[in-house]
Amino acid sequence: MRRAKKAVALIVTLLMTASLCSGCGSKKSTEIYFLNFKPEIAQVYEDIAKDYEAETGVKVKVVTAASGTYEETLRSEVAKSDPPTIFQINGPVGFQNWKDYCADLKDTNLYAHLSDKSLAVTEGDGVYGIPYAVEGYGIIYNQAIMDKYFAMGGVVSSMDEIKDFTTLKSVVEDMQSKKADLGIEGVFASTSMASGEQWRWQTHLANIPLYYEFKDNTAYDNTILAGLASDEINFTYSDNFRNVFDLYINNSCTEKGMLSGKSVSDSMAEFALGQCAMVQNGNWAWAQIKEVSGNTVKEEDIKFMPIYSGIAGEASQGLCVGTENYFAVNSQVSDELQKASEDFLYWLFSSDKGKDYVVNQLGFISPFDTFADDEKPNDPLSKEVLAWMEKDTTSVVWAFASFPSEEFKNQFGDALLEYTQGNQDWDYVVNTVKDAWKSEKANQ
Amino acid sequence: MNRNLKKYFPLFVLPTLVAFTIAFLIPFLLGIYLSFTKFTTVNDATFIGFGNYIKAFQNHDFLNALWFTTKFVVVSVLTINIFAFAVALLLTRGKKGTNVFRTIFFMPNLIGGIVLGYIWKLIINGILARYGVTLTYSETYGFWGLVVLMNWQMIGYMMIIYIAGIQSVPDELMEAAKIDGASRWQLLRHVTLPMVMPSITICLFLTLSNSFKLFDQNLALTAGDPSKRSSMLALDIYNTFYGRNGWEGVGQAKAVVFFIIVAVIALLQLKITRKKEVES
Repeated sequence: MRRAKKAVALIVTLLMTASLCSGCGSKKSTEIYFLNFKPEIAQVYEDIAKDYEAETGVKVKVVTAASGTYEETLRSEVAKSDPPTIFQINGPVGFQNWKDYCADLKDTNLYAHLSDKSLAVTEGDGVYGIPYAVEGYGIIYNQAIMDKYFAMGGVVSSMDEIKDFTTLKSVVEDMQSKKADLGIEGVFASTSMASGEQWRWQTHLANIPLYYEFKDNTAYDNTILAGLASDEINFTYSDNFRNVFDLYINNSCTEKGMLSGKSVSDSMAEFALGQCAMVQNGNWAWAQIKEVSGNTVKEEDIKFMPIYSGIAGEASQGLCVGTENYFAVNSQVSDELQKASEDFLYWLFSSDKGKDYVVNQLGFISPFDTFADDEKPNDPLSKEVLAWMEKDTTSVVWAFASFPSEEFKNQFGDALLEYTQGNQDWDYVVNTVKDAWKSEKANQ
Repeated sequence: MNRNLKKYFPLFVLPTLVAFTIAFLIPFLLGIYLSFTKFTTVNDATFIGFGNYIKAFQNHDFLNALWFTTKFVVVSVLTINIFAFAVALLLTRGKKGTNVFRTIFFMPNLIGGIVLGYIWKLIINGILARYGVTLTYSETYGFWGLVVLMNWQMIGYMMIIYIAGIQSVPDELMEAAKIDGASRWQLLRHVTLPMVMPSITICLFLTLSNSFKLFDQNLALTAGDPSKRSSMLALDIYNTFYGRNGWEGVGQAKAVVFFIIVAVIALLQLKITRKKEVES
């Protein structure tokens, strides 16, 4: 009897210990692990993974980081025993953080087909990040509302006449005063200032003045390199930033004090529902406009215009075109897995099936020469970006790739919020931006 | 019996010990080690000494969060315990509907912090919208928003503990005091309060440590806006660790400092209130 008891006790204890340990066992896997950056297209990647497995037998695991949490997800995933084999970096600054994990992609097929080699993230001889989607942003406007305004006899009579900030401002202010007749609540969609929703201002809009500032630096012919080399900035064109920002918040469909509760989706919904005529965003926003239920804006009415801010010679300024999406392959996984990952990426951008996904579902404007001219995305905003790139204007480079850190952008955004709410004046914003750049640069 | 116990001791303690080591001891020691290093992921760290601690204390956000948290803890510990005790007193009078009210007061505690945060954000923003501002207009709004939220969530829980304490005060003691001519205030001050001291100890401990470690409510309600001025210690540590590249070690150092502060204050409080406990 006692022996039996003993045995039972022993077994129970062992079981308990074993169940504790069941999570520790790691299995050797040969599957590709793709850590996706864009939640809005997560489903498409799942489908791609299924098709790729059906075609080649190689399993692709797709994990998507929640919006705004890519860096932290990557950080914890990379430390696991089955780390991501393909991940994304956001440019030269992101590369600095993930240097030890980025494999050299110089000899890959994908890099060989990159049409503009200068777009890649490189260091020395090595190529560590391959851009896969070129994107553009500017002010998106609703042609139908603009036509209505022109028919009422506005300051100008067509969009082609808006070629600088002064004209834009008078049109916007005139429209705002006639908003009831136009059937809108404000000219611009809400300037989303909720935390995590400020990137359209502290990154994208901030790009304009800083691009021109870096351009003035004649020591470099590339604004991103000029930015990376600047330990301090003067924020020379801060008034131009203020011009546009004031225009946004003063002629908005939301009161200034309420902007801190607004998200980007709110703004896009306002645009989709025809409550406002303009919104600053990029071609990726098409997905959001399309999905809003009860949306009233027609596909052919969605157009782009550059962000004019009152800088001399801006009549020839185009949209802001660039990329902050680079594929990197994890150098810490086995060679076999690295090879499999590279093959997968090459398949996605070169096979007919893969290209079909890229063009029609992911909606990327891909910078690879594997795409023929008729294989370009056909959503209205991407078409507009392509059209603007072909126009006689100069696209603004995404100089924000050189911004020192996320913290810099956050401090910029926080200062903007305080300015919007009237707690601080404009000088505070200018000083915060300059100080934040300096201290974040010093921290690198 | 004793001999048997000794013999089986390792066998019975082992599972717990293994669990404790894996889930607490190792991460804790690793965390302390990491606070002295520079790292991107936890398995490639280089030792740099006290650099992280120096950076942490030079960091304006950290000191600001420390001060904000301290203010919050003082206000919320006082309000929660006073309200919870008052409600507990009311609900031990044997009035009709006592059980219904106890249930209702306890319910907010069953909802998670993130959800509560969003609910209160909607409510408070709804009210502030009349004045054309939002919760993130100033950190004072965020502060009182958090206090209200925390009160709403914790009062029910603390009330249950106080009710148990009050109910265990022996009737004969109350009766004896009444016969001696004690007023209601004297009854409360000299009989009930000393007798529920154990409950007070545990309630103070719970509210103190929960208020100090508050994270999800803070994240959902204000996320530190405006300009991180309403972020508390836990949120600041999280933002340092995940939000800033190259600052992981500093985040870790802040976390160690945070741990020490919470541990010291909680132990001190336990010691002080334990002394006041009496035997009936």
